[in-house]
Amino acid sequence: MTSLTAKDKDAVRTFWAKVSGKAEDIGAEALARMLAVYPQTKTYFSHWKDQSPTSPSARKHGITVMTGVADAVSKIDDLKGGLLSLSELHAFTLRVDPANFKILSHNILVVMAIMFPTDFTPEVHVAMDKFLAALALALAEKYR
Amino acid sequence: MVEWSDFERATIQDIFSKMEYEVVGPAALSRCLVVYPWTQRYFGNFGNLYNAAAIIANPMVAKHGTTILHGLDRAVKNMDDIKATYAELSVLHSEKLHVDPDNFKLLSDCLTIVVAAKLGKAFTGDVQAAFQKFLAVVVSSLGMQYH
Repeated sequence: MTSLTAKDKDAVRTFWAKVSGKAEDIGAEALARMLAVYPQTKTYFSHWKDQSPTSPSARKHGITVMTGVADAVSKIDDLKGGLLSLSELHAFTLRVDPANFKILSHNILVVMAIMFPTDFTPEVHVAMDKFLAALALALAEKYR
Repeated sequence: MVEWSDFERATIQDIFSKMEYEVVGPAALSRCLVVYPWTQRYFGNFGNLYNAAAIIANPMVAKHGTTILHGLDRAVKNMDDIKATYAELSVLHSEKLHVDPDNFKLLSDCLTIVVAAKLGKAFTGDVQAAFQKFLAVVVSSLGMQYH
């Protein structure tokens, strides 16, 4: 996949500045949708008492994930280096199949479209899609 | 045959009955051409696709986006046999248009995002699941006659 251009990074940082205040809601919604629309993703959360999309565990986890995304925005100039320890966590401990990064990314984009319909233009969409793909790639870096 | 719950049927009928095809179609296709620029390969004779603004303003893109949505309408009206409904269209996309079937998924993701933006909070997780299931069946049926 292509690397992020300066234009992409600007678009991501600008859009993120607009939406970061709602990061927790975005994360919780995106995770809830992932569990609802792609039920196979629930297999990673068998340790939760309540795996329903609106459970407190799901909300908490959505927030955790989105905090990671926010961090990645600040490290956009070196995602591989910046996300090294997160990659090790996902590779050796969590062992989430990287196909699921794509699924969660899609749901993050859907939530952004819902919450920011006028700001989430096609140009912002492509920049965010590229960014999330680059993020996923950095997360999968240590897998093999 | 695909099994549809009452909720799924009602949801799909509801979404499409209220949809402005001439707005949503162009928005979805132009978004697809911007977000996944390699899809432009099929539209060499559409004129100016040079940047996002040009794509969004392009009247041929708008017309074709509307055409695609009206094509989706056929599946909405024949939910119990989408495969047969699209057999001919599948052959067309394979033999005449030579469209890589992976592109159907790209367009369907863009359509999901456009509809999500339009419906806002009403596009709940359950509604999204129904909508994406419907589009997945459409995508699969369109790819069925490729060989």
